[in-house]
Amino acid sequence: MSEYLSVLIFIFAGIGIVLLTFWLSYLIRPSHPYPEKDINYECAELPIGTSWIRFNNHFYIFALIFVIFDVEAVFLFPWAVAFGQLGLYALVEVVVFILILFFGLFYAWKKGVLKWV
Amino acid sequence: MLEIVIASSIKVIIVVIAVLTGCAYATYMERKLVAHFQHRIGPLYAGPYGLLQPMADAVKLIFKEDIVPDKVERYTYALAPVISFIPAMLIFAVIPFGKDTSVFGYGIKMVLSDLNIAVLFIFAITSLGIYGIILGGWSSGSKYSLMGGLRSSAQMISYEVSYGLSIIGVILIANTLSLRELVNQQASDSIWFFSHWYVWRQPLGFLLYLTCAIAETNRAPFDLPEAESELVGGYHTEYSSMRFSMFFIGEYANMLAVSAVGATLFFGGWQGPFVNTIPLLGIVWFVLKVFLFMFFYIWLRATFPRFRYDQLMNFGWKILLPLALFNTMLTSLLVALKVI
Repeated sequence: MSEYLSVLIFIFAGIGIVLLTFWLSYLIRPSHPYPEKDINYECAELPIGTSWIRFNNHFYIFALIFVIFDVEAVFLFPWAVAFGQLGLYALVEVVVFILILFFGLFYAWKKGVLKWV
Repeated sequence: MLEIVIASSIKVIIVVIAVLTGCAYATYMERKLVAHFQHRIGPLYAGPYGLLQPMADAVKLIFKEDIVPDKVERYTYALAPVISFIPAMLIFAVIPFGKDTSVFGYGIKMVLSDLNIAVLFIFAITSLGIYGIILGGWSSGSKYSLMGGLRSSAQMISYEVSYGLSIIGVILIANTLSLRELVNQQASDSIWFFSHWYVWRQPLGFLLYLTCAIAETNRAPFDLPEAESELVGGYHTEYSSMRFSMFFIGEYANMLAVSAVGATLFFGGWQGPFVNTIPLLGIVWFVLKVFLFMFFYIWLRATFPRFRYDQLMNFGWKILLPLALFNTMLTSLLVALKVI
């Protein structure tokens, strides 16, 4: 438990550093805002429309594939730790599991999901 | 209880100061090395050999005006640099940086927090860094920031899968997730002090780790999020002053962290010659290994041009991921046959 306590102290130290530097900077930095300065940057033009533009749908699909493969990595970690004690059965199981993943990856590939447009 | 809190607080302060100094001098090292690679001299005027340049930069950044544009989402905009900074630092909480020693008869573990799930902890914390980038990009209210944030997060999640899988080979051999245990397993008393390093038993895993780590930290040649020719500054276009430097320090802390993790997993961490007779030498070996990793990063930056975005995604999904899966399968077979 004391190990996690040190992590907690580390988090507090991190927050402390952030607050300290922001506070220090707040004390000494100049502040002269005026409307032209506060416009969002768009190559010195006035920004057109909202910034939340439509973007490529592919980002979303990649996020979906990521979730699948990352969850699978979560399955593999406990297996890897216990591999010394598990017998041949676990090896065969996981090889089958990874082959299924391979198949899934190639399916997505052939479907053109991985093709960046 | 109080004793533990005080002891860990002291260690935390030392580690935090060490990491921040490390980040500051990583910037100096990068500027100086890239300059020499390009036949320039680099920072020279602040202090001898420009050694005080990082301090000058820090003072300059503190004195800069903090410009907050009108269209930002105020709270997420303020929070994003912090979210990208703290997780990067937090990785150092679990990394063992020396042999356990005793000072004035008081035993000191040379690791801040000896978690038995340290590797898992590192992955969890590394993933958190993405939130800082995507929130920063989204809340800035600028098109460049949004595109940079999206690209950056897509890149990071693409390489994170292979990043996770590249380490499974080491875990398969070591059967533990504790970094301290991993380092102890790589000890060797003979003159071939490097003979038990996992890099020899996991060459493919190591190459995968190295590649994915560079992509994870958004470094060249995978530095598309900061493709200044098309996206100005990527997700931190609208950030200035200390907020910007939080992103900046976070990036360098991330580089140091993946270097330290790589050194620990594949190069024996603090293990090295004479470490049993002089325990404090462990820190020297550890720092030296991290330094070599950093040197390699900077060397790559000075050598390779940037990937194109579709090349980057193809490389991650169509080459690295199948290779990582293959490496996992191969290692498990070899371990089962007792070859490695």
